[in-house]
Amino acid sequence: MTTPTDDQRRVRVVLVDDHRMFRTGVQAEIGATEETGVEVVGEAADVDQAVAVVTATRPEVVLLDVHLPGGGGVEVLRRCAALSADPDRPVRFLALSVSDAAEDVIGVIRGGARGYVTKTITGPDLVNSIFRVREGDAVFSPRLAGFVLDAFASTDAPPVDEDLDRLTQREREVLRLIARGYAYKEIAKQLFISVKTVESHVSAVLRKLQLSNRHELTRWATARRLV
Amino acid sequence: MPPSSPPPPGPPSGTPGSAFLTPPDPSRPGVRKLYRSSEGRMVGGVARGLAGHLGLPVLWVRALFLVLTAFNGIGLLLYAAFWFFVPLGVGGVAEAKEPRDARSWLAGKRPDKGQIMALIALAVGTGILVDNLNLGAANRAVWPVLVIALGVALVWRQADNARKARWVEMSHGKRFWPLVRAAGGVVLVVAGVTGFIVVRGSGNHLGGALQAALAVLVGVALLAGPYLVRMAQDLSAERLMRIRAQERAEVAAHVHDSVLHTLTLIQRNAEDAREVARLARAQERELRAWLYRPEGTGREEEPATFADAVRAAAAEVEDAHGVPVEVVCVGDCPLDEHLTPQTQAAREAMVNAAKYGGGGGPVQVYAEVEEDRVFVSVRDHGPGFDLDQVPEDRMGVRQSIIGRMERNGGTARLRAAPGGGTEVELEMERVAAS
Repeated sequence: MTTPTDDQRRVRVVLVDDHRMFRTGVQAEIGATEETGVEVVGEAADVDQAVAVVTATRPEVVLLDVHLPGGGGVEVLRRCAALSADPDRPVRFLALSVSDAAEDVIGVIRGGARGYVTKTITGPDLVNSIFRVREGDAVFSPRLAGFVLDAFASTDAPPVDEDLDRLTQREREVLRLIARGYAYKEIAKQLFISVKTVESHVSAVLRKLQLSNRHELTRWATARRLV
Repeated sequence: MPPSSPPPPGPPSGTPGSAFLTPPDPSRPGVRKLYRSSEGRMVGGVARGLAGHLGLPVLWVRALFLVLTAFNGIGLLLYAAFWFFVPLGVGGVAEAKEPRDARSWLAGKRPDKGQIMALIALAVGTGILVDNLNLGAANRAVWPVLVIALGVALVWRQADNARKARWVEMSHGKRFWPLVRAAGGVVLVVAGVTGFIVVRGSGNHLGGALQAALAVLVGVALLAGPYLVRMAQDLSAERLMRIRAQERAEVAAHVHDSVLHTLTLIQRNAEDAREVARLARAQERELRAWLYRPEGTGREEEPATFADAVRAAAAEVEDAHGVPVEVVCVGDCPLDEHLTPQTQAAREAMVNAAKYGGGGGPVQVYAEVEEDRVFVSVRDHGPGFDLDQVPEDRMGVRQSIIGRMERNGGTARLRAAPGGGTEVELEMERVAAS
């Protein structure tokens, strides 16, 4: 990397949403590359288009709508799994949806998205989230943190539990603060840890949510009549 | 046939006379159709349904049937005819919801005393009828007919129960007794028919007759079977379409009632950004609730649980002050006398946050119900304030939030949130789960 600063400041993004109006709006909000550093390199309106565009452009971050014609965001994630697993130039997915229903949120996170924000997010926050996801960190909206806490609430076990599926006390604390609307920086200040540590806690939560605790999640979802 | 607790003989709510005086009730259809009553009935619900339809006390109708039965069984025949032709409905006389009925009905267990009395009365009536008939050689056919009637009645009563069960949705197992009853009915009918044949003197040819009958039945089944299957399939397909259409209509109605009206209001208030935002936010919240709630009616009455109460308070504050309030609730529990003050204190905190800190972004509310405590945090992004600098005479924070929590055994903390703004933390011990 000869020009690390320049590389750090630019992020290539693909927009996936079936509403042209919405894509235009997001483009207008974040697409001014000189100011925000976000370069929108492609757009797609359904699953097939999305897979084609993402494969062709290899963006760093994909802003993915949850409800799409052709199978939804989860389908895109499934068909792009190889791209997002690429160790050299991974494609990260950030779900951007109008829905904050639990089944949508948990569905795409388990599908492999690195974060979930709702469409009420402001432009600067969205840009911020895109950069954070590019770095491999997780972005949780307060609501999402609430869902995760809810999902793991039934396993309120001691933190010394050997079961890796459980959230540690610290991770739970971090999630609580996110759910209370704290920014990562504020959480770090509150808990006397570094921002990096906060981010690694959040990533750990994401990993657990994605890969494990199927049993608890199923039970949780069944109790809420989601499945 | 006196029921164990005689119904008060007063005019039911919907007498034809009063229908003209009172404005039409939307829940009641304009044309009154005769239904058999499914609630509080004794045998087939005929008497109760008729009584409701005519606006008479049930007792009178029942007595009338009984009296008529004494005249060559006309009452029984009439009752049977009504039972056969009149559909089962939810109508009937108004006092059908007396607790005794409801309890035995919901429990779905042993028949109550009234039903037994009714059956005894039925037997007595039948006895009178049989006694009136001349049981000579000419009328030997009467017995098989009675057996057939009994079997038919059994199966029909069964069908009623099945339909009622579909309404009440008490389909918890319990497949055994219905099956037994249906089988018993069939056996009775078959026995009656056989008896009829034997009595008519063609008993010698019974075997041949049965074979022939079986052959005819199989033939008919082969011929009509495909048509019947097709018909059943068409019927279920049609029912599915109708359900879909109904659901669609409901969605359309809701969208029309709420979304379109809001959009119209927004157009009219286009220059008032604040009002537009308020309308849009309220509408979004309502539509979300309607779409994502499990049994989303969108309209809820008094909140029964803590999370609902917090959400309702946030919605009120959001509407009243035009500041977005983001609520995250983790866990839930029923409201009790300790949590109600906490939701009130939380509401007060939200009002403060909306008033003084609303400029800096949405107010964030986080409520968590844990096993032993309930925690609420209300956070704003405003300039923040120091409790020590608030003059003594200002009672808002001290009384409505801190005082209220402490009076009810909880705690309230006010502190400056990192990164600007104020955070109010309310904590309450949960009453030991009884």
